[in-house]
Amino acid sequence: MTVTVRGLDVDLEGRPVLRDVSLEAPAGTWTAVIGPNGAGKSTLLRAILGLRRPRRGTVSVAGADPWALPPRRRARLVAYAPQNPNLPPGMTVFDYTLLGRSPYIPHLGRESARDRAVATEVLERLDLVGLAARPLDRLSGGERQRVVLARALAQQAPVLVLDEPTTALDIGHQQQVMELVDRLRRDDGLTVLTTIHDLTLAGQYADALVLLSRGRVAASGPPGEVLTGEAVGAHFGARVHVAPGPDGRPVVSLERSCGPR
Amino acid sequence: MKAREAARLRPVPLAVTALVLAAALLAALLIGPAGLPAGGVVKALADRLPFVHVDSGLAPVDRNVLFELRLPRVLLGAVVGGLLAVAGAAYQGVFRNPLADPYLLGAAAGAGVGATLVIVVMSDRPTFAVPLAAFAGAVAGVALAYGLGSTARRGGGSGTATLVLAGVAVSSFLASVQAFLQQAKAEELQRIYSWILGGLTLADWPTLAMIAPYAAVAVATLLLHGRLLDVLSVGDEEAAALGLSASRVRLTVLAAASLATACAVAVSGLIGFVGVVVPHVVRRLAGGSYRIVLPLSLLGGAAFLTVADLVGRTVVAPGELPLGVVTAFVGGPFFVAVLRAVRGEVDT
Repeated sequence: MTVTVRGLDVDLEGRPVLRDVSLEAPAGTWTAVIGPNGAGKSTLLRAILGLRRPRRGTVSVAGADPWALPPRRRARLVAYAPQNPNLPPGMTVFDYTLLGRSPYIPHLGRESARDRAVATEVLERLDLVGLAARPLDRLSGGERQRVVLARALAQQAPVLVLDEPTTALDIGHQQQVMELVDRLRRDDGLTVLTTIHDLTLAGQYADALVLLSRGRVAASGPPGEVLTGEAVGAHFGARVHVAPGPDGRPVVSLERSCGPR
Repeated sequence: MKAREAARLRPVPLAVTALVLAAALLAALLIGPAGLPAGGVVKALADRLPFVHVDSGLAPVDRNVLFELRLPRVLLGAVVGGLLAVAGAAYQGVFRNPLADPYLLGAAAGAGVGATLVIVVMSDRPTFAVPLAAFAGAVAGVALAYGLGSTARRGGGSGTATLVLAGVAVSSFLASVQAFLQQAKAEELQRIYSWILGGLTLADWPTLAMIAPYAAVAVATLLLHGRLLDVLSVGDEEAAALGLSASRVRLTVLAAASLATACAVAVSGLIGFVGVVVPHVVRRLAGGSYRIVLPLSLLGGAAFLTVADLVGRTVVAPGELPLGVVTAFVGGPFFVAVLRAVRGEVDT
C-alpha cells in the first residue's frame, strides 16, 4: 500500500512543527525518516498514523486519509510500534501481542479463536513462543523491542510505522531487529516507514531516505544521494566522513577535530 | 503450537472468591445481638429459595429480626462493598493509576454533597432522587480532581501522587461545603452526621430497591469494559493506534464508575479505602487484566465490607463502630503499603 504525503503542515499547540512536507513511499518499500532532534520526525509518523491533524496538505494511505478514517479501519491499515511503548507491568507477552488484534474485535466483544491463532503465529515468526507467558516487566531490551513489533504485526496492516526501532539496543540486537523488519517487509510486501537515528543503519536498510530539518524536507531519495558529508554537516552540525561501503551503500563515520598525534 | 488462552477470569479464582463471599454473608447473618439459632436461620433462608419448603422453627419475632433487620443490612453492605471496589478498579484503569479510589478522587465526597443537598431540600425519606443527585456530585468531584491534577502536572509535578493529592484537596473542599449544608439545616444534623461516617444502620428493603436499578446498570457497564481497559493500559496514543477511541471508553467507564460510587455513597455515606484495598489484593492474587480485576473486585469488595460491618457491630457491642472507621483502620496502613509498592513502577 502506497503512502503519500503532500504539502503537509502540522502545528502542535500553535507551534509550527512540519512545513510543506512531501514524501512518497511505494508499496513494499522501506522509507527511513532521518534528521536532527526536534526536526519533527515523530510528528510526521503520527500524522501518517492519523493521530495528528494536518493544518494543511494531505496524507494518504492506500488512497484514504487516515485522520478521517474510523479508528478501527485505520488501525487495520497502519500498525505502529512507538519509540517508548507503555508496557503494562504484569501483562504477558501473549496478551500484549493480542492487543494488536483490537481493530478486529467488536467494541464490547472478546477475541475469537482466529485472533488467538494470529497472535500465536506472529510469536512463532518472531521466535517469541518461549516467552509467551512471560510478564512484560521481565524482558530484556531486545526482547521488548521484538514484543512491540509482535503487537504491531498482529494488526496485520499493510503499512508498518516504527519510531526508532533500534534505540537502546546493542549492535547485535540492532541488526537482529533490522533484519527481522526487512524479512517481514519482503515476505509480506509491507510498506515500512521508520524514523532512525543511526544514519549508516538507515542507509543500509532503507530504499529511500527523507532528511527532515526544522520541519522541512531538506533532501530525499536513495541513501547514496541523501547521505553526503555536506548534508549531514549542514543539518546535524556534525563533521563526518561518508564513503561507500562494500555494497555501495554509504557509511557515515564521525571525524575527530584534532587527529591523533 | 496450539493457540494460547488469553488472560481470562478462570473458574477456580471465581469459585474461591464466591465461596469467600458466601461464607462472609452467612457469618454476618448468623452473628448479632439477637442471638438467633444458627440452624433456624439457615432453614429460614433456605425456605425463601424457590421450590424449597422447610420449617425453620424461628419465632415470628426472630424471623422479623432476620428478614427485616439483618438480611437487608448484610445485603446492603455487600452491595456497597462490591460497588466501591469495582468503581475503584475502574477508576484505576481509566487513570492508569493504582491509587485511584472513589474516596480519594473526590467522587465519594462529591456524591456526599449531592446526596446531602437532596436530603436537606426534600427532608422526608430519601427518594429515588438521592442516587441521581449523588451521581451528579460524584461526576463533578472526579472532574474537579482530574482537572486540578492535570493543571498541577503541567506545572511540573507528575503522575500518580498528583492526582491523589488533587483528589484529597477536592474532597476536603467538598466536605466543607457539606458541613455548611448541614449547619444550614441543623435539625437534620444528627441524621446526616451518622450518615457521613459511613454506616448501614438505615438499611432496609426500600433502600436496597432504590439503588438496585442504578447499581445494576453501572456494574454491567463496567464488567463489559474489561478488555477495553486492558487496551487503554498502553496509553491513549497507542490505544488510538490500535483502533480504540480512548476518550469514548474513558467517558463511559468514568460515568459508570461514578454511578456505582454514587449508589454506594447515597445509602452508606463515606466509606474509604475499599476501592484501593480490594482491587490491589485481587491483582496480586489473580492477575492484572481488568477482565479479572473487575469481576473479582466486585465479589471481593462485597465480602470485605460484609466482614468489616460484622467487625464494626461486634467488637464494641452493644455499641457500633462506624463502618468507615473500620475500613480506614484496615485501609490506611494498606494504602501506604500500596504506595510503597508502586513507587518503583510509576512516577510519583
